[in-house]
Amino acid sequence: MTSLTLVRRIRARPSIVFEALTKADGIAQWWGPDAGPVLLAETDVRIGGRFRVRFRLLDGTEHESAGEFLEIVEPKRLVMSWQWTDGGEPDEAGEVSRIEFDLKRIDTGTEITFTHARLKTEASRASHEQGWAGALDKLERRFSAEHFA
Amino acid sequence: MPVGYDRTLARIELARSRGALHLTSGAAVCIVHYMVNYRGRQLDRTFAALVDGTRRAILARLEREDSATVSELAKPFAIKLPAVMKHLDVLHDAGLISRSKAGRVVTVRIQPEPMREAMDWLRRYERFWSKSFDRLAAFAESKERAATKKRR
Repeated sequence: MTSLTLVRRIRARPSIVFEALTKADGIAQWWGPDAGPVLLAETDVRIGGRFRVRFRLLDGTEHESAGEFLEIVEPKRLVMSWQWTDGGEPDEAGEVSRIEFDLKRIDTGTEITFTHARLKTEASRASHEQGWAGALDKLERRFSAEHFA
Repeated sequence: MPVGYDRTLARIELARSRGALHLTSGAAVCIVHYMVNYRGRQLDRTFAALVDGTRRAILARLEREDSATVSELAKPFAIKLPAVMKHLDVLHDAGLISRSKAGRVVTVRIQPEPMREAMDWLRRYERFWSKSFDRLAAFAESKERAATKKRR
């Protein structure tokens, strides 16, 4: 499995961060890789409930990501499946990945540890059967970016 | 971005560079879809190959030394030659190395392209989430300030 991990410190209490992560009007404030607007945000925050976020990039292209809430431990942990969609239909050969947010209370607010993981794919299942997977360790890039010095 | 027009264009460019220049638009769409699936599977194989420490060590060495024979590669590891051959098979299937045979000597070389694709996956999401979290932090911090003010 391959995963990307980011660690961030935010000067806000965990309950506020958790709300920003789960409420549609919160998500609309931050979701996306550039300053383009979020066009639609929907969340149904319960296990098995879905989220859907549509956003426009500064280059004018529109993109949509969606998934399901898999774990909800307010205000500590949130796990969602993640997929690129187009009008609600799966995109990019249907690849599903998994995102996890772990929120830890610290003196200055919240430390958030975020992981985006590629799930086991057909290829890694095949390699599991061949007996390689015993030695599976994560190929991982870890980024620790202090938001404030 | 993992989806988008620019990537579609990149795929079309790739299809073109493979000699599919004179296409009707219908055929172009077929090739684009084929490339999408092909690249997805290729990425899966690359990641599966990279999760093993021995295989990463072999790649790291090939990166330093440009090329090496199979027996040279096997030397630093406490595993038997057939096990090393198996690792090389996985790396080869993932397109990460090439092998050439001269007499009884097999020379192994690194093929950087699939690795680059795997790194692109990480980079795309790194960018997506780093930028998102910049704004998440700013938003949550403004909420915190508002909540603290109210309490006073």
